[in-house]
Amino acid sequence: MSNSVKRFEAFRMFFAIVIALLISFVIIFLVSKEPLTAIYTLITGPFKSRRNFANVIEAMIPLMFTGIGVCIMFSANQINLAGEGAFHLGGLVAAVVALQLGLPAGVSPVVAILFSGLVGAVFTAIPAVLKIKTNSSILVSSLMLNYIALWFATFILMHFICDPGIGSASYTIPDASTLPTLIAKTRIHPGLILALACAVLGYVFLFKSKIGYELRLTGQNEEFAKYSGINIVKVVLISQLLGGFIAGMGGGVELLSPIYTRFSWTSLLGYGWDAIIICTLSKNNPLYTPLAALFLAYLRTGASIMARYTDVTLEIVQITQGIIILLVVAEQFLSKYKHKMIAKEAMASLKEEEVH
Amino acid sequence: MAKETVLEMQHIMKIYSNGVVANEDVSLDLKKGEIHALLGENGAGKSTLMKVLFGIETPDHGKILLNGTETTIKSPQDAISKGIGMVHQHFMLLPSLSVAENIILGVEPRKKRFFIDMKQAIRSAKEIAEKYNFDIDVSARVEEIPVGIKQKVEILKALYRGADILILDEPTAVLTPQETEELFVQLEKLRDDGRTVIFISHKLDEIKRICDRATIMRSGKSMGTYNVNEISTSDMSKLMVGREVVLEFEKQPAKVKDVMLSVRHLDAFNTQGVQKVRDLSFDLHGGEILGIAGVEGNGQSELIDAITGLSKKYTGKIEIKGEDIKQDSIRDIRKKRLAHIPEDRMTTGCAAHLNIQENMFANQYTNPKYSGKVMLKSKVIQMRSDELIKEYLIKCKSQKQEVGMLSGGNIQKVIVAREFSTAPDIIIANQPTRGIDVGASEFIRKKLLEFRDAGCAVILVSADLNEVFSLSDRLAVMYKGNFSGVFTDVKSVTEEQLGQYMLGLKNDSENGGVSHE
Repeated sequence: MSNSVKRFEAFRMFFAIVIALLISFVIIFLVSKEPLTAIYTLITGPFKSRRNFANVIEAMIPLMFTGIGVCIMFSANQINLAGEGAFHLGGLVAAVVALQLGLPAGVSPVVAILFSGLVGAVFTAIPAVLKIKTNSSILVSSLMLNYIALWFATFILMHFICDPGIGSASYTIPDASTLPTLIAKTRIHPGLILALACAVLGYVFLFKSKIGYELRLTGQNEEFAKYSGINIVKVVLISQLLGGFIAGMGGGVELLSPIYTRFSWTSLLGYGWDAIIICTLSKNNPLYTPLAALFLAYLRTGASIMARYTDVTLEIVQITQGIIILLVVAEQFLSKYKHKMIAKEAMASLKEEEVH
Repeated sequence: MAKETVLEMQHIMKIYSNGVVANEDVSLDLKKGEIHALLGENGAGKSTLMKVLFGIETPDHGKILLNGTETTIKSPQDAISKGIGMVHQHFMLLPSLSVAENIILGVEPRKKRFFIDMKQAIRSAKEIAEKYNFDIDVSARVEEIPVGIKQKVEILKALYRGADILILDEPTAVLTPQETEELFVQLEKLRDDGRTVIFISHKLDEIKRICDRATIMRSGKSMGTYNVNEISTSDMSKLMVGREVVLEFEKQPAKVKDVMLSVRHLDAFNTQGVQKVRDLSFDLHGGEILGIAGVEGNGQSELIDAITGLSKKYTGKIEIKGEDIKQDSIRDIRKKRLAHIPEDRMTTGCAAHLNIQENMFANQYTNPKYSGKVMLKSKVIQMRSDELIKEYLIKCKSQKQEVGMLSGGNIQKVIVAREFSTAPDIIIANQPTRGIDVGASEFIRKKLLEFRDAGCAVILVSADLNEVFSLSDRLAVMYKGNFSGVFTDVKSVTEEQLGQYMLGLKNDSENGGVSHE
């Protein structure tokens, strides 16, 4: 990609975000009695206190995990949405391991998170296997599988780990299994470091390793990859296993973090869907997921503060997100401008050739 | 001959979204009742200019005057309503419908507003066919008629919609010499009827034969418009190419070595399961180029897919250096040092959104030179990419440029560089120079000869008869899944002879013997 095109893509993304925010502001003006206060709170809320800003960082962590997982799955051009279910099952598995195995402190969270990853990997691989064996659409089967994950987890919760004193939550996760806080008076936990490490390793895997290269070739043009001698089945499987592993790990980390004390997820949390916007904003490159996650977490935190203090509800952010995705994905958005830019460059290089 | 001007295109400029300048200040004027040639090499910008005229592409600059008044052509529908018709290189027909239904499609005669008046449709289709002396059965289904007739249907379709200006995009590319002659007679009739025909071609003798004037294009620019009877073919070709074209390569006689590839009783099937190759047997030796000519769709693709491992839908035996490849994966076959330049460079030959470097190592990144157990050796790959870009004269900003941003010729060079840099023993080149500029074509042809001289075995499938004639040591014609003729003395074969084998009028495979001296 030439530099100017890269710059243009960055500009286009920025522009999409600005437009989406403007539209959200217009809606706030339409529905709110105190629109200016609402917008002000939305934007400055996250910086108002140490705790608020810590909330942004906490919210970032699960977004990064599922975002990286989905980046890897989407890079192979497999639109696998099972990251949502993988995250959910990851949480369940971490809770089960923490509650049932009684492992010592230090070991317990590591084992729990590893198991979360493994179960996540197996889970996201199911739609891939179905596709390979029966040619069923990965998109449809992965979407449906998420509900199986949800109700399976609810079943296990209700029948095996439920605290009868509470009703719809597990027993308290033992201290030996919980993740410590990194910074006092916040709930920021070591999951942040693990997520950042995954972002870097994910990047190295995709762009520097042999199998990552195969994966991107397959994702860009399957026909071409096959012709080059790449084993498509192997590549698709590995990408879905790895993506699911990271998403599942994310679920485990989240559950063991100081944010939760029990497994009480009786509906899908939506981090798998959010991963799609993370992935879109970071252009399938895991290295950029922290930035995208930070942006989304900031917006979310701002919105929830706004919802607490004003009459605008949290859901406004969903609208903003939706518009951003639409504009970033729409190839024709600003395409005339792009064409003009390319035409100008081409003419300039024509003149240059004449001079030489 | 002061005929009136019907259409003018002035100072047309068109730049594609990948930055390729396809037309740079091109002007064209068309007169009533003429056959106007648009002459130029592949990639010169002829098709782009016509897409602008037909409303498929919007020009970045310039204007179009229709009968003296400025007009913009927004879409193909718009072009048709203004009396411009186009026959594309790839036919736009619905195979399961009849000829008449295809002709009236979109402008059907109605009965009681909601129903198609089929009787009227057949009547009008017949009328228009008779008027221009097209000998066509209008009730035949399109999938059952041969290519030559399909083209006639396309022309009739345009005429039925009232085309006064008819654009024919390389109409003879898919025709045999005999069918071409028939087409010419009909085009002359259209001209005498006062219509304007734009004839896109790069074949000089055809232009000499039927065109009145010719506009010559070279790398996106117009080199001027000439009366065809006032300019010699050699002048035309000079204008078109920019220098004298050497069609005859200086070729050492082939030093034929051992059999590299042997095919025995091959029956191959396409993805729909239709048999396309029938009981084909041949040997390919090191140090020779076997040219395969033939009308597209006679089993060439299926033969190539079977040899390269892309398809296992075949029975019979294919051996590379004496080893059966039926159980081999594509990678196994490539490891036997087979290189493959695929027919369709964008769908099979490259990943347009990946950069040059990433495209160049798809077939050899597992080589210990370029990767360890897990990681790629980025530095070595980078250095080697630069070497290859230099060696293969690939015009680009850097190795990090997306392949899709390059011109067709340069994309093809990336593919050729990738395939040839593995030091292959067998090269399967399927349409290696289709649609690319002269410079790149010549470069690739020379490379093929270099490899042959070094002992490599080459199969060359090409629709460009000049190319097969000038490169092949043996020439086979493929017809209905078998070689209808094999010629070892390529120089003595004429185009007419070849045409007869391509059409199946002559077929040696049916009489047992397939060898020609």
